[in-house]
Amino acid sequence: MNRRWRIGLTSIFIALVVAPLLLAGFVAPYPYAEQHREYPYAPPAAVRFVKARPFVEVGGRWCEVRLLPGNGRLFGVAAPCVIFLSGTDGNGRDVFSRLLYGGRISLMTGLLSAFLSLALGLAAGVVAGYFGGWPDWLLMRGGELVMALPWLYLLLATRALLPLHISAVEAFVWPAAIIGAVGWVRPARLIRGVVLSGKERGFVLAARGFGAGHAYLIRRHLLPLTGSVVVTQATVLIPLYMLAEMSLSFLGLGVEEPMPSWGNMLTEASHYHALILHRWLLAPGVAAIPVLLGFLLLADILLDGRHD
Amino acid sequence: MKYLGWRLLHGVGLLALLSLLSFMLSQVASGDFYSQLRNDPRISPETVAALRAQAGIDRPFPIRYAAWIVAVSRGDFGYSLAYHRPVAPLLEERIGATLILTGAATLTTWLIAVPLGIWSAARRGKWGDRVSTVAVSLVLAVPDLVLAIALLVLSVQTGWLPAGGKISRGYAQMGSIQQLRDVAWHMVLPVTVLVAGSTPVLIRHTRASILEVMEAPFAMSARAQGIPRRRLLYRHLLPAALNPLISLLGLSLGSLLSASLLVEIVTGWPGLGPLFLEAVMARDFAVVLAVVMLSAAFLFIGNLVADLLLYRFDPRIRTVD
Repeated sequence: MNRRWRIGLTSIFIALVVAPLLLAGFVAPYPYAEQHREYPYAPPAAVRFVKARPFVEVGGRWCEVRLLPGNGRLFGVAAPCVIFLSGTDGNGRDVFSRLLYGGRISLMTGLLSAFLSLALGLAAGVVAGYFGGWPDWLLMRGGELVMALPWLYLLLATRALLPLHISAVEAFVWPAAIIGAVGWVRPARLIRGVVLSGKERGFVLAARGFGAGHAYLIRRHLLPLTGSVVVTQATVLIPLYMLAEMSLSFLGLGVEEPMPSWGNMLTEASHYHALILHRWLLAPGVAAIPVLLGFLLLADILLDGRHD
Repeated sequence: MKYLGWRLLHGVGLLALLSLLSFMLSQVASGDFYSQLRNDPRISPETVAALRAQAGIDRPFPIRYAAWIVAVSRGDFGYSLAYHRPVAPLLEERIGATLILTGAATLTTWLIAVPLGIWSAARRGKWGDRVSTVAVSLVLAVPDLVLAIALLVLSVQTGWLPAGGKISRGYAQMGSIQQLRDVAWHMVLPVTVLVAGSTPVLIRHTRASILEVMEAPFAMSARAQGIPRRRLLYRHLLPAALNPLISLLGLSLGSLLSASLLVEIVTGWPGLGPLFLEAVMARDFAVVLAVVMLSAAFLFIGNLVADLLLYRFDPRIRTVD
């Protein structure tokens, strides 16, 4: 298979595994915070097919699962019945629904922080590479300082600067901002290298000879050169940052309840009672694997292409 | 060696700057160790103020920083407010536990990954190589966190392995050999997770660097002269491919203190990880600073060792001097 096909197929795979997360409001049968107090730690529902029609057992009764039941959701069951495809947590919240909403938040955190890191890295890399001199020295030494720290401490220290009580939206934006802001060094170094070598290329020197200004040279000649590095770095950083979000939220320092994320859902799964009795709480961790795999495969293919 | 001295100076400067920066961050951080007490209606603000004065955290920044530097040079890294004792002995216990874990994991990783990487490179494009490449990608996609919890579930359900912790009940009554075996038994799970996390990356790098030298003209001429495959691989290609591997070795040496943080917390291993997280949550800054400075110093030393090894084993870079 040639490279173009492999990139295409991997992108389709990513789109397929990511689509249910992005469409969580439609695919999930319940809102993420809805509590079914009478069903705490309900095990995953047993779905049976009778004459090709799916039924789900609830408390000894069988209820039919309907597609598009008319409440704006993909599937559901009639009122007294409930459907928990992946069981419920201690508050009786549907794990399957939370997993989709939580995946959307983890994914968005990954995308947002990767975007932020790349934007910062691009700015720092271009300035350091193009102008050289003291801005270069300052940025690269600053980068060394950031790289000398274990990243989790940097994340925690930055998190500690924020007030304890923050709104739901902030609770989602801040982890992304922190993760993104901490990770600017690697893209900055790579982009600096590209700019350094690009600066000496014939067409750039020629444009400069014709009297092109700094802004024009950077915008028209140097930024396009960094394109492939930026795209490749994005595919490398997105899974990395999704993992960072999972770790941070797992430790209780990222996305906060009641908003779900794959990380904070796993916190409950690691409690001793869950290990013994409520194994289905591990579902968000399992759901993360295909998504991460997709991005990792894409990154591999793109990185491989560098040597060709 | 002039280069070594220069590097050491650079490292010390970096660490000093880092300590200053961390100290400033801890200053602007919202709250300190006694913030929790302030919310308690039974404790008067005067008491809190007195406690803060006693701990010395109401003093101005330069004085506190100077006091910290003095404490570091004395070798006790300040005083932990949460544990009511100097930080250094507190860290010593924890560092031992962490190093056992990461040391075993690093050793296992290298013993597995380098031969597998070489094997994979030697069979490039054949079935064995393809299967191992796919397996590497799959293992890489499983987060450490998830693997750790899944293995905990497995060990709780089957009883094959202890569910976290470092020692069993009744550890004190055991003989020393039994104690050793008990700790080793508890190590299996966290070490497995750490190895699974770092092996795929190392396999990949080994494979890539061997493949790169395979294309080199000297390898082709060696092959043309009829040097046996095995000898070619181990005597000619491996030394030439060593450069990136040594850099990686430096990195894994450098992250001995910080790599297992998350795994330790999940599996309840009493190493630096849980101590650090607790200290961050409680704003016990003396402990936080000490852990950060130590792991930064480790990272620096790891890189330095890698550079020295490179200088020793790769004659190509010596010509630069």
